[in-house]
Amino acid sequence: MEKLQYQGHLHTLQKELMGDYYAELTASANGSGLPAAYLLIGGNPVEILRAFDILPVFPEVNALQLAVRKQSLPFIQAAEFMGYSSDNCAYVKADIGMYFGGRTTPFATIPEPSLLLCNYVGCNVYLDWFEHLADYSRRPIFQLDIPFIRTASGKPSKDDIAYVTTQLHRLIEQCEEITGRKLDQDRLREAVRLSSETGALWSKIKHLTKAHPAPYDAYFDSVTMMAPLYCLRGTQAGLDFFETAYAELQEKANAGIGALSEERFRYVIEGPPPWPHLRTFRDMFSRWSAIAVASTYSTVGGLWEFGFTHDPDSPIESIARHLLEWNLTNRNFLQRYDQIGRYIEEWDAHALVIHSVKSCRLFSAGQGDMREYFTKRGIPTLLVESDLEDPRYFSEAQMRNRIDAFFESLEHRSTQGQSVTV
Amino acid sequence: MITTTASRNLEEVIEECRTIFDIPGIEPAVAWKHAERGRKLIGCFPVYTPVEIFHAAGALPVGLAGGGNRLEIVHSDSRFQSFVCSIIKSTLEQGMTGMLDEIDGMVFHSICDSARNLASVYTRNFPNTPVEYLHYPQNFALPEAAMHLRSEYERLATFAASITGTTVTPGRLKESLSLYNRIRRLIRLLYGLRAERPHAIRTSELYSLVRVGNLTPPERHAEILVEALAAIERREGKSRDRLRILIVGSFCEQPPIDLISAVEDAGCYVVDDDFLIGRRWLIGDVDTGVSDPLLALADGYRNQSVASPVKHDLRVSQSQMLIDRARRLNADAVIVLCAKFCEPALFAYPLYRRALQAAGIPNLFLEFEEKMWMFDRVKNEIETFVESMLFA
Repeated sequence: MEKLQYQGHLHTLQKELMGDYYAELTASANGSGLPAAYLLIGGNPVEILRAFDILPVFPEVNALQLAVRKQSLPFIQAAEFMGYSSDNCAYVKADIGMYFGGRTTPFATIPEPSLLLCNYVGCNVYLDWFEHLADYSRRPIFQLDIPFIRTASGKPSKDDIAYVTTQLHRLIEQCEEITGRKLDQDRLREAVRLSSETGALWSKIKHLTKAHPAPYDAYFDSVTMMAPLYCLRGTQAGLDFFETAYAELQEKANAGIGALSEERFRYVIEGPPPWPHLRTFRDMFSRWSAIAVASTYSTVGGLWEFGFTHDPDSPIESIARHLLEWNLTNRNFLQRYDQIGRYIEEWDAHALVIHSVKSCRLFSAGQGDMREYFTKRGIPTLLVESDLEDPRYFSEAQMRNRIDAFFESLEHRSTQGQSVTV
Repeated sequence: MITTTASRNLEEVIEECRTIFDIPGIEPAVAWKHAERGRKLIGCFPVYTPVEIFHAAGALPVGLAGGGNRLEIVHSDSRFQSFVCSIIKSTLEQGMTGMLDEIDGMVFHSICDSARNLASVYTRNFPNTPVEYLHYPQNFALPEAAMHLRSEYERLATFAASITGTTVTPGRLKESLSLYNRIRRLIRLLYGLRAERPHAIRTSELYSLVRVGNLTPPERHAEILVEALAAIERREGKSRDRLRILIVGSFCEQPPIDLISAVEDAGCYVVDDDFLIGRRWLIGDVDTGVSDPLLALADGYRNQSVASPVKHDLRVSQSQMLIDRARRLNADAVIVLCAKFCEPALFAYPLYRRALQAAGIPNLFLEFEEKMWMFDRVKNEIETFVESMLFA
């Protein structure tokens, strides 16, 4: 089979932008750049940091970059030598191993943090991770305590919003201490405005895959766009990227150009990607002309496509709502079933693929129940297991067999009218 | 049911405790419910639940503690993957096999990612059982944390009242707080006694005395603890030359009681542990002389509770607290006994190890699963560890 080319103009543009971003990290590490704050992807109040000219550093993004470049294993092993378990999240292990390895990576030197901003949104591992970094680095930590969505309404309570808003004001005080200057309200509003416009474009991009054929893959190509969405949100460069991306992808959709030369199967995918084997994994779907039209992973940092937008006139409260309500990680597991159900219906998908990763129990724990739920509703569902960071958990032959068996069954299903579970 | 007689010795008390909790399921609590016609059971997933609120609503809080090593996992392992700890699956399994049918409400908390998802899966699979999920604060330095937790507790009180039909009034809550304060004091006495005279009570016995409270009305549990304390005073025993061990890491899923015995039989006195830590979570009495007892209970969580890997109180270093505890108890070594796949415990270990090594305190890492029933290998490891310390 001829090797498929996935990389287009957007990918090149993203690489350039991320190169610039990582150059900023290296400058910060060398003492000639901005002070750095570590924070996490889920939700995330990056606009506040941008308003203070504090450089956001995302350990998750660094860890996945290591995995994509096949550099994660030695760092994971270094952490395991320190006592981390083979059953602990490998993002954390790669990051801790890298931290003690001098913070040097093939893409940047990661700066020491001036602040560890632990935006706890659902993921309990976040708490451990940043607690450990605080212990090792002896740098200040701010734990942003975000109550989980836990009521039948699926909404945060008034108390929750007030609680988070209060904390954001305290975070601002801490940023003022670090930078030695007061918050510039106009800068904050500007960062929130840029986020608002970026989010609106990202939402429109997400809806483009409703087209037949879908103009891009909502899993494998979305991850290309997620890097600027998080690392550059709240900046003009980030907004410019999304303006270009939307224009290009909309043009493809209007012209009826799909991501693949042929689109035979449209599926929704749940779970983070196997970063160390991303290309191999992608090919396993492409050879069946199968395209992801929606993915839950692309909503870990925000759920713009379902109506969220930052509000420059109410910046702090809208950041609080983003953290509380408008991201996948702070929503409960059953809300994810609803999210997937909506994708299947509104994005016109034929099947659900669940990629279960050992590292992230927030995502994975209970996905067998999810499979049962969708299968009973007549949605063909495939569950495969590997990991998002640790290359040792990817069994290529077994993965290929299961994916092949699933799509073969889907082919038969169209004539038999039966449900498929693999 | 246990009957109190002045002459019962500790072995007899323990024997009866074990008949109550040593089988999978919650039958003794169900028997209570049937005897107390119209009363309700509220299931509490570990680690800590403010059970006083349920008691004040007239319900019996039932402490769930997994399935032990006599429950076969048949259905729930298709819902939760192989890399998820056993208590998640054994709790769901008990639900799926009807063992929790008499539970009138369930509560889970923000202790870890797997338990959180279990709350959702349980909700979906048992639509007739109301499920509540409690958010515990994760920034203890915030003064607002206690007020937010208070609002969580208020929601829990409304939930309990909707099940039992009895409103949690401040008066009723204060009575429940007094009762549970008393139970915690009694348990603290037992723990203090064991640390001082570990030959007087085995850890497996102490464990039984605490564990029985999961399935017994608190009024009765207090009586059992009082009886046990008296029986220990009458017990004769001689101190032996053994290592004094502190065990941490088993705060949620519980090791089989025979594993606890195996640790002792390998030549150790366990001088402190975190088994069933939820029953000792609050380290001081909750003030019942205040106008807002719900806030007092929430404040207890923020300011007067144990260090635990499911809490992230950065005002103090967890590792340093472990070192202080080991020194205060004159422990010779620390055993970190983690449930397999328990992320909070496994994450605590590297920090513990670093601190223990720096402090020169020998330590051993062991993993267990509640369903294990062969202990030779673990016992052998502990014996080797003990020998290496005694004869080094």
